[in-house]
Amino acid sequence: MNIDDRLAKVKYVNDEESHLKVNQEDCKKCKLKMCTYICPANVYEWNENENKIIVNYENCLECGACRIACSAKSLEWQYPKGTSGVTYKYG
Amino acid sequence: MENNKTQVIVVGGGPAGISAAITIAKAGKEVILIERGNFSGSKNMFGGAIYTQPTKEIFPEFEQSAPIERNNVKHNYTILTEEESTTITYRDNTEHSNSYTVIRSKFDRWMSEEAKKAGVILVTQTVVRELIVENKKVVGVKTELEDYYADIVILADGVNSLLAKQIGLRKDYNPKDVALGVKEVIKIGKEKINERFNLKDDEGCITEIFGYPMLGQLGLGFMYTNKDTVTLGLGITLSELVEHKVKPYELLDRVKEHKTIASLIEGGELIEYSAHLIPEGGYKNVPKLYDDGVMIVGDGAGLVNNLHWEGTNLAMMSGKFAGETAVIAIDKNDFSKKILSLYKKKLDKSFVMKDLKSYKDLMPIMHQNSKSFLNYYLRKINKFFKMFIETDSVPKRNKFHRFIFETLTERNPFALLKDGTHIIRLLWGILK
Repeated sequence: MNIDDRLAKVKYVNDEESHLKVNQEDCKKCKLKMCTYICPANVYEWNENENKIIVNYENCLECGACRIACSAKSLEWQYPKGTSGVTYKYG
Repeated sequence: MENNKTQVIVVGGGPAGISAAITIAKAGKEVILIERGNFSGSKNMFGGAIYTQPTKEIFPEFEQSAPIERNNVKHNYTILTEEESTTITYRDNTEHSNSYTVIRSKFDRWMSEEAKKAGVILVTQTVVRELIVENKKVVGVKTELEDYYADIVILADGVNSLLAKQIGLRKDYNPKDVALGVKEVIKIGKEKINERFNLKDDEGCITEIFGYPMLGQLGLGFMYTNKDTVTLGLGITLSELVEHKVKPYELLDRVKEHKTIASLIEGGELIEYSAHLIPEGGYKNVPKLYDDGVMIVGDGAGLVNNLHWEGTNLAMMSGKFAGETAVIAIDKNDFSKKILSLYKKKLDKSFVMKDLKSYKDLMPIMHQNSKSFLNYYLRKINKFFKMFIETDSVPKRNKFHRFIFETLTERNPFALLKDGTHIIRLLWGILK
């Protein structure tokens, strides 16, 4: 099953502003780009043409794995605002 | 609350935070519980079961009114290789209940309602962004809207506990000290669940899944039965995902496709997907648990016994101990770390720290040996049963001899010896 079908089942309230802030300069230099593998919601995608990380923050499940796996330790990771983000019904 | 000041603020409305808050409120003290989600349980995810005895320590009558799914009478240990599986089942046919499956958005919400009845003031949809520290003492919290002050702040803000990091109670995690859990909730229907898992009425079944897509890696699958849904997921050490560059949900797909599992969820409809981190660093990763005006409980304090899949129970007990300590501190009007050290003493004396200490070598040894313990030996178990049951006109003695010969040659005697000493070291660490 692809990740979009899974995420379609998750209830979110979107915020206009991202709660995840990457440092694109660090991302350009980063060889591993672990965030693009380990994220359970596929939030991070490397865009070869634009030479940058795309952050689909609206899909974030707020687990925190990216923050720990980021080898540059330059990811600014916060919880979304109290009124936004994921709401689990069957956690 | 005068001037935004109260006696205790608890940050985080999960099992640890609620247990702390309710303990404080029942002693007649003022306590505010701040939850970032829409309601308690809305940001939480776990495998699936809460433990009966520890839950009764906080909610003695919970079985009468809490939203529970099923009473787990069956516990399966299933070992998968690509084309095989071996399952061992323990079943308790007495009236005793060890654990119940619950759905967190219902169960945690129920716990928070109980806390409110006991006098806890619950504030939802509020994220604590920072702790307010004055003269090295925690004196309050900054939320998005307002600052609140308290004599004591209890951090129950979960595995990521950014607040504990802010005040230096703990350092950042290493990817080998956390596991990433992903799970799916699959609707199957009550009748079908009972049929497929051989259950009656509200009896439930827990399945621990070893091997297949995670052979050789520090990860396990899990399956729990709810009333009319099944949760199927896995937890894998983050460093394994980093090393193998694999997406967690792709591993989950492979678990779901294994014939032994696929038939159990066949025709089911995915109704939710979720992810959460599990602190797995154990005893050596437990942070500093208290400081002036502050204590840390639950996942934030790394209180997880991963071998036994215990976490919510340790969370509840730590919350209770922190709550009791806060009450004593309020009575003495002393919120210094000297008084709050009582919290750690209570934890140390209880099963919480005793168990973490018993298993302190587990994860280091597993990290060292995952390729043999979680690959070679798991395969060997399936191979043994295949050999033992196969009726192929080859004399049994020949087959046994071949099995022993292969065991001694596939993995050389030194490696076998090393595995043996590691197991003895581990057992000695637990039992001494």
